[in-house]
Amino acid sequence: MSNKYSIFSLIKNALSGHENWQRAWRDPEPKKEYDAIIIGGGGHGLATAYYLAKKHKMNNIAVVEKGWIGGGNTGRNTTIIRSNYLWDASAGLYDHALKIWEGLSQELNYNVMFSQRGVMNLAHNLQDVRDLKRRTHANRLNGIDAVWLNTEEVKKFCPIINTSPKIRYPVLGGTLQRRAGTARHDAVAWGYARGADEMGVDIIQNCEVKGIKRNGNEVEGIETTKGFIKTKKIGVVAAGHSSVIANMAGIRLPLESKPLQALVSEPVKPIIDTVVMSNAVHAYLSQSDKGELVIGAGTDSYVSYTQKGSHNIVEETLRAILELYPIFSRMKMLRQWGGIVDICPDASPIISKTQVKGLYFNCGWGTGGFKATPGSGDLFAHTIANDEPHKLNAAFNLNRFVSGDLVDEHGAAAVAH
Amino acid sequence: MFIINCPYCGERDQTEFSCGGEAHIERPKQPTELSDDQWAEYLFMRKNIKGIQFERWNHIHGCRKWFNVVRDTSNDKIHAVYKMGERPPVK
Repeated sequence: MSNKYSIFSLIKNALSGHENWQRAWRDPEPKKEYDAIIIGGGGHGLATAYYLAKKHKMNNIAVVEKGWIGGGNTGRNTTIIRSNYLWDASAGLYDHALKIWEGLSQELNYNVMFSQRGVMNLAHNLQDVRDLKRRTHANRLNGIDAVWLNTEEVKKFCPIINTSPKIRYPVLGGTLQRRAGTARHDAVAWGYARGADEMGVDIIQNCEVKGIKRNGNEVEGIETTKGFIKTKKIGVVAAGHSSVIANMAGIRLPLESKPLQALVSEPVKPIIDTVVMSNAVHAYLSQSDKGELVIGAGTDSYVSYTQKGSHNIVEETLRAILELYPIFSRMKMLRQWGGIVDICPDASPIISKTQVKGLYFNCGWGTGGFKATPGSGDLFAHTIANDEPHKLNAAFNLNRFVSGDLVDEHGAAAVAH
Repeated sequence: MFIINCPYCGERDQTEFSCGGEAHIERPKQPTELSDDQWAEYLFMRKNIKGIQFERWNHIHGCRKWFNVVRDTSNDKIHAVYKMGERPPVK
């Protein structure tokens, strides 16, 4: 690597006032033709390009992004990483990702600040207790670390939680995945971009896709704001805008795009050293390395591409946060934002070929795609390179909506939808 | 977040309503004769339009009646509201 990051490069650049760092990736103009094009320069798209180049030796490829890389949901999520999903197919998929996360900073030579601080999911009623215990057992059968904590153990693990039996939805226990945690979201996009660029991948920003050109049942290329680019393989990783791209290609997807919100508080001293999620009252919380509380809210109930979200959703979340953590009653919130998430009817993603030759979709990650970024990229790259899914993403094909073989993860996807 | 003009109650806040998704998806007349592809189309495939979308809403915390809304999903502006059974307005 021409500009490998190390303690020595840090010292060297510190001595020259950090003014001589090399740029991390090029800013090329699109070539006339590529072997494959990835639409969408978020974490999943850049990871796909990285693994296509690294594992499948496809170096004549490009990532086209309408804005700047990592500016969509990669930069808008609450950075939670876990793999405690219910079904075997999901366990395989999300734990594959978690295992890559564990060595990702070293592999990319880029600190993604992966922190295995644990993720705790709270139960507030008898059905929650049953469901979460069942999920704990299912996880352990699939080799995923999971433990059940009773109310006292929850309190011990995270002392600021109000475990009084008198609150509206008392804490009856919870599950804990210790290998789970958080990572720096921007660094994931930048690390993959730098790694892919190093292997010759063209990352083309400010280049919006306007159309997909088909010749019968095959793709021929894409129309963009920077002109026509020829290719035989197109991987679409456009998140909330997947349906818009599908429409250009003339295919239908089972997706609905909705705004999902998050917010952060003013920075404070370390107060919570884990991630706590609660489906029933819909509040989840962690603390960033800067000290801000990072709070995830819910989705709006209607289709919208506005990247805002409604005020009442935030209000509901903060109400739940205040009941669970009375200590935050005087915290001020600094920023609130929304991202557009593409939700599948079974709350599981699609990593699949389509009926059009050379057209592949990686979408439907809904409210929880960030955690899967490395695994999603790896498996999607395999699917594109071999024109066949890897065994870990075979269940996540588009045809499951015809066959009825759905992967229902409404319970494990933390945001109710 | 926006204001919806309920055809029965007038202008109310969107939080009083519940969205029923894409409108004018016709229930199959002969369900027993449908192929798996047609079932998938009916049950799962959605237009999910960025732009003008026709959708159903229910005034769940009001008159509890269903009606249709024409909304631009790129900016949440409502262009028309019409009752169930009425023809959608043509642009």
